[in-house]
Amino acid sequence: MIVGQQKDFDEIKKMISAYSRILVLGCQTCVAISFAGGMREVEILASMIRMDRKMAGQDVEIKEEAILRQCDFEFLDSVKDLVAGCDVVLSLACGIGVQAMAERYPDKVILPGLNTTFMGVTEEMGIWSERCAGCGDCILDKTGGLCPIARCSKGLLNGPCGGSVNGKCEISPDVDCVWQLIIDRLKALNQLEKLEEIFPIKDWSVSGHGGTRKIVREDLTA
Amino acid sequence: MIMKSGSNLEKILSGGQFSVTAECGPPKGTSAKVIQRKGELLKSYCDALNVTDNQTAIVRMSSLSGCVFLKQLNVEPVMQMVVRDRNRLAIQSDILGAVALGIRNVLCLSGDHQKFGNHPTAKGVYDIDSMQLLQTLKQMRDEKKFLSGDDISGEVPLFLGAAANPFADPFEFRVTRLAKKIKAGADFIQTQAIFDVPKFIRWMDMVRERGLDQKVHILAGVIPVKSVGMARYMRNNVSGLSVPEELVDRMADAKDAKEEGVKICLEIIEQIKEIKGIHGVHIMAVVWEDIVPGIVEKAGLMPRPAVSDQAGI
Repeated sequence: MIVGQQKDFDEIKKMISAYSRILVLGCQTCVAISFAGGMREVEILASMIRMDRKMAGQDVEIKEEAILRQCDFEFLDSVKDLVAGCDVVLSLACGIGVQAMAERYPDKVILPGLNTTFMGVTEEMGIWSERCAGCGDCILDKTGGLCPIARCSKGLLNGPCGGSVNGKCEISPDVDCVWQLIIDRLKALNQLEKLEEIFPIKDWSVSGHGGTRKIVREDLTA
Repeated sequence: MIMKSGSNLEKILSGGQFSVTAECGPPKGTSAKVIQRKGELLKSYCDALNVTDNQTAIVRMSSLSGCVFLKQLNVEPVMQMVVRDRNRLAIQSDILGAVALGIRNVLCLSGDHQKFGNHPTAKGVYDIDSMQLLQTLKQMRDEKKFLSGDDISGEVPLFLGAAANPFADPFEFRVTRLAKKIKAGADFIQTQAIFDVPKFIRWMDMVRERGLDQKVHILAGVIPVKSVGMARYMRNNVSGLSVPEELVDRMADAKDAKEEGVKICLEIIEQIKEIKGIHGVHIMAVVWEDIVPGIVEKAGLMPRPAVSDQAGI
């Protein structure tokens, strides 16, 4: 899933300072699971804004809503009237949701209330970590199902570097060395010989360095 | 003998002589004097000097320019190159320039992560890794082709180096990684600094078991420790360095810490020289270059072999 993290309230405050009719719009999919942009977070943020404006003696009219998927155009029409009735939409979706809203409502200012952090998993309640970099050419078959592009701090394809100690990365004792994990897993799977081969130079053109990516499936297009 | 680069270092190593290299860090500024002073100081004590490349991710004068200043003093440089700061285009173009400027030795490295340096918010490049850097330069040299397959005009005579760290984890895989670096194109290896000699000996046993000492010249890295503070810092803060407690204690108890540091370094060199498959020593006297001549002398590594100017390529 896509993991998000709410921006600092001060940054959000600054962003919305010029507006007095605000729609705080959440997304009930990924960012709701990471407790950053679901209905609950919408309600909390809306209360914070109200309180802040009240203390500053400023008027504000806030509407609260969350839709199933802000990244999907078919769900965006349901908030048409709410959008029409506000000056600005503070979106608590990921960057995809923010952009989908901006595309669907070209005359409206859409602001991001979250930082879209990464594609990852919930390790346990309150802890999320990155798993996939969306490089466009999956290599997990060669690395024991663990991705060095997303999880090695240097993205090395022929790791580990000389900074791997006790299973941890040189950048922090809180970061696992994914190459240690890859070696451990391939050893357990009796496939360590896979790492005798040098991993070839990667084609980054499919990972976004070849320009914005787009998929067109002729079999599905009208 | 057919030479790959004709560098001093290559001639000395392929001639079976024990080699001495040292590290020479460029300045955080625009004066050539720092490099020139280090070059003059070390020139008759070392076969080649490594010029570091934004070491510890701190911006300094480029390795290539440092190498050129050394060349002008008739000191042979080893150009260090990290993949942290340049993509495949920049790497290949820097190599063309370096070769044109007479640089013959290149040490291929990943580079310390940018987080450690003075620009921790920088975007790391890592388009290719250090293993692939070796492959790239080997292809440029042996096939005279860029990564794209396009032809390179002119020769690319290079002696290719790589790093190896026997003290990082996982220990067993460190030998596999060395084998891969040799396969990728490494002609010589400069190891991480050795303080834990027994562990290094175990690693070298495994290296010889796979016959790797026959395929590559291994130069053992040493760091003369200047103070107990430095010993503690390296033990606590430098990933992949193994500094035994006993060494820290010796530094703490010493009346003259610098003298003790030199003594420890000489003891390590003495033990290293006895290990089969070690073809040289690489002295990394970080901000203590002045001590290198004394160490080389006391280690019985003087005089350095004279190398004929005749390039064997």
